[in-house]
Formats: sequence, structure tokens, C-alpha cells
Amino acid sequence: MADVKKIATRESYGNALAELGDKYKDLVVLDADLAAATKTGIFKKKFPERHFDCGIAESNMMSVAAGMAATGKIPFASTFAMFAAGRAFEQVRNSIGYPHLNVKIGATHAGISVGEDGATHQCNEDIALMRTIPGMTIINPADDVEARAAVEAAILHEGPVYMRFGRLAVPVFNDPDTYKFELGKGIQIREGKDIAIFATGLMVSEAIEAARQLAEEGIDAAVVNIHTIKPIDEDIIIKNAKATGLVLTVEEHSVIGGLGSAVADVLSQHYPTKQVRIGVNDEFGHSGPAVDLLKQFGLSADNIAAKARDAVNGTLFAQIKNKFDEILGNK
Amino acid sequence: MDATLKKQLEVTACKVRLGILEGVFNAKSGHPGGSLSIADVLTYLYFAKLNVYPDNPDEPTRDRLVLSKGHTAPALYSTLAEKGFFPKEELKSLRHIGALLQGHPCITIPGVDMSSGSLGQGVSVACGMALSAKISGDTYKVYTILGDGEIQEGQVWEASMFAAHYKLDNLVMIVDNNGLQIDGKVEDVMSPYPIVDKFRAFGLHVVEADAHDFDSLEKAFNEAETVAGQPTVIVMKSVKGKGVSFMENNVSWHGTAPNAEQYAQAKEELEARLKELEG
Repeated sequence: MADVKKIATRESYGNALAELGDKYKDLVVLDADLAAATKTGIFKKKFPERHFDCGIAESNMMSVAAGMAATGKIPFASTFAMFAAGRAFEQVRNSIGYPHLNVKIGATHAGISVGEDGATHQCNEDIALMRTIPGMTIINPADDVEARAAVEAAILHEGPVYMRFGRLAVPVFNDPDTYKFELGKGIQIREGKDIAIFATGLMVSEAIEAARQLAEEGIDAAVVNIHTIKPIDEDIIIKNAKATGLVLTVEEHSVIGGLGSAVADVLSQHYPTKQVRIGVNDEFGHSGPAVDLLKQFGLSADNIAAKARDAVNGTLFAQIKNKFDEILGNK
Repeated sequence: MDATLKKQLEVTACKVRLGILEGVFNAKSGHPGGSLSIADVLTYLYFAKLNVYPDNPDEPTRDRLVLSKGHTAPALYSTLAEKGFFPKEELKSLRHIGALLQGHPCITIPGVDMSSGSLGQGVSVACGMALSAKISGDTYKVYTILGDGEIQEGQVWEASMFAAHYKLDNLVMIVDNNGLQIDGKVEDVMSPYPIVDKFRAFGLHVVEADAHDFDSLEKAFNEAETVAGQPTVIVMKSVKGKGVSFMENNVSWHGTAPNAEQYAQAKEELEARLKELEG
């Protein structure tokens, strides 16, 4: 994929806001001294009178956004995921979520692909936090095409939306001419009968590559892009679980509370299925180049393929069973 | 202030206080102390200042009020009921399961402009409303009431900085300086003083007022309207529990409902006052 165009989804976010500004006159953008990094600076350049810097005060920004939404604006409140979902969690819950106000949260620099800044800024918990807020919609786009479409879908949706964007430039794999974003609907990228891979955000392109590798070995993996984590597309999850009997989830987020948990929530109720979760395993990140970190944390096509292979041939679950037997003293 | 209006406001404030007690007594919980300290300012705002429309609560041109100190919802509800936003009967089921009137203000209640209660957030929401009006050229005003304990929240100062930075002269913040919070005197718990100097340093126009004197309130709010390019904060000296003798300046009434006997006594005092006012 050497000649594939790469764009960071934060860049897509800034570009989409600037493009949509003319069409949606009520759209306003708030930022917390990170306009250059979140890329809302692109919007600011075009619409300076509709961009408001709130300074380094994210809690205030979220509640200000609520006030603007309550008076008819469509505010996009932008900062890093760590501060949007983390620091300002309670403002998002009480000022935005409880009154169900029409605020769009543009959270950039999500996950460990923040890279060199390290653990304090690598937010692997935001999806988990946002999922617990009643009425919150969560979108985690996979590439430039999807991210831009998601921004407009968020505008058209009445109610709070949390959008997750990345810092790292990632391959653009969706075709802008045919791509269609449907809020709450997963996208079946590949059908399969051996294992179903549910991926979100920048792990989607890795999952596609993993499925290609697996196909060469004769393993037929389905790939589903879950761009909307809440409300989640139950039908596509159940359908693929039934078709394969084995699922794998992959996300650049903690394995606790994110896509893996959301898929498990659906399947444990409707179609209990063995599941392999790939994500950040209940640990903090650390500094390093983003690409190296992703590999180190197993967030790569190679690791997805390896885990899928072991799951399909049964060795992965045998290993897990042995470990449990050891813990339980069954040996 | 015109004597007739003043008399009317005093009568209404007395009824608002009766409603507060009715609500809190029937709920067997709630916050009477801080509700009683803002009964006069709410009466002044809803009956002499705000452009609001009980028959059309969501009218877009209306003035907004965000009760940042949301735990004093009984005062807001009683005032709204008195103004005709919903039947006074609703006060009896305050905090009950399935009731319209939630323990803290909720945006779905007619006349309530914002859900609030997590301290420090309402003032920021009010800033957002005021900024929104500015950029659309709307002429409505935004008022927000904070507690003097509430201003210990860091977010209040983030909001103050924001309000001054964006020159929100359509915003009036009101600090209910009754001097008491749950754990005791504000200066003993975590002193917010000097309140006036702090807000002035943050770039706000500060007016001091007597929370229980309608002349003083009128003067303060009129002064706020003359200020251009700067938000105003009215720091009003108040008495927690004002109007009920045994509740006044007594911190134990911050978050406790009166029992039947205490309710009867409070009601008797307020009804006597009402009779006296109505002559």
C-alpha cells in the first residue's frame, strides 16, 4: 500500500468543517487553544467570526457549547480526546448529555497513535466513557472519506455526538465516489465464513490487510467497519457471528469498554460467540513514534492475522484454557 | 422603585417563599435555606425584569435565566408556578417519582432554560447563550444565579474569564452571598473572599446589592444594563433562610426539610407577613 494517499482524520475534520460552514450557517466551532492541532484552524481561517477560542479551559468550553446549542447553534467543541472525554466528562454528561443538547464534540488525538507525547495524552478510555452517557452518539471514522462524511452526518443528527479523530496520517481506502455513510450502520467490507473481524477507526485498514493475508493461507475472514459505536449496528454483528461462529474485535482503545465490549454486549445477549479482543490491554501507553507504538501494542495487520489464525485453528483458546486451568489448579 | 410595584413584589416574594416550603415539606428533602435567600431576586427578575412568556415558554426572543446554584430549584419552581408556567399544584409533588419537578432544574420543565445543579456549569452555559445571542444579533439578556459556595468551583473562574474576554455585556451574573454552605461559613470552609475584588480582577463590572431590598435590586440590575463591553456581576448580600425566623442564618437548613410542626410554624409566619402586606 506504498502509493496509497495518507491523511490524518483530524485534518479531515478541519477540512470538513471549513467546507460545511457555508451550507450550515448555525455551525460554530469552539476550541481550547489547540486549533492548530485539532485542525479547526482551517475553519477559523475561512470563518473567523464563527470560531471561538476558549483558552485552556475545556470544562468551560463544553458547558459554553451547551449554552450555544440551547440557543439554536450547532457547536463543534474541539480538543484532544483526553480532555474532551476525560477532563470534561462531567460537563459532557450534565451540561450536554442530560439535557440532550445538539453539541458535536470533535475529539482529536485519540488513542496511542498520539505517539511521542506519551501516556498523559494517549486517550484509550474515551469510547468507554462516552458509551455510558444516555443518548450519546459515538462515531470513530476510519479514513478521510469516512471522517468527512461523519462530520456532515453529525450535523444532520439532532442530539449530542462524540467524534473521534486521530493524529496519525492513515491510508485513504474508501472511494469518495461510492462511499455512503449511514449513522448507526456498520459496513460489510468483506464477507467471510471462518472468522468475523469487527474493526473501528484506524484499525479498519489494518483489518482489511489482515484479511488479505489470511485469505492467502485459506482462511476466509469477514471484515466489518463499525464506524458508529453507539448506537451500534446489532444486526450486522449478529449476522456475521452466525456466518462465522467466531469473532475478533480490534480497536485503538482499551479492550475495556470500547468496541470489544460493545460487540460482546450484543453477542452475549443475542448470539453467544467466542470472541478475541485486540486493543490496549488495561495498561497505559508510552512515548514513541506512532507507527512503532501501534505495532508494539499489537494494533497491526500482522497481529490481527496472527490472532485470527490462532483463533480459527483453536490454539488461541487452548492457550487461554490452559492458563485458566493453571490458575484454577485443574492440572 | 414605584411603591405599588414594590408592594406587589413583596407580596409575590412572600407567596414564592410559601411555595418553596410547600415543595420542600412535601418532598421531605431539598434545600430551603438557599432557596429562601434567592426568593426576592427571582421575584424581581420574573415579575419586574425578564421578558418571558408563560403561554409560550420557548419563545426564542425571551430572556434566559440559568440557575447555576441548581439545588435551590424549589425557589425557581415556586416563582415559575407563581408566574403561571405550570400549576402551583405541581409544587406538592416536587422530587416525587414520576413528577414534573425534578430535584434539580431540568430543561424539559416549562420555563426552565437549562438543566443545572452540578455547580459551576450553569454559569458557563449562560456564557454560551450570551455569546450565541451576540453572534446572531439577538437582543435577549442572560441571567445566571450562583451561590457564594459555588464560586469555589474553578469552572466559575474559567467562565468569568470567558465572559470578560468575549465582552458579554448581555450577561448578568448574580452571586447569592448568604455566607453559608453545607459544611459551615464560606470563609471557614474555603474562603472565596474578597469576592468583589476577584470578579473585578477577572474583568467584570461588579455591583453590590442587598438581596432583600427591591430598591437595591432594581438599582443594581438597571446599572448592569448601562454597562457596555463588559459582563456584570451583582454580588448581593443575602440571608440564608430569609423570611422564616428559625431558618435564618442557620446552616442546618441548607439541605433539610422541615417536619410538620416546623412547616406549620414557617407557614404561619409567612402567612402573617402576607396578611400584613396585603393589609
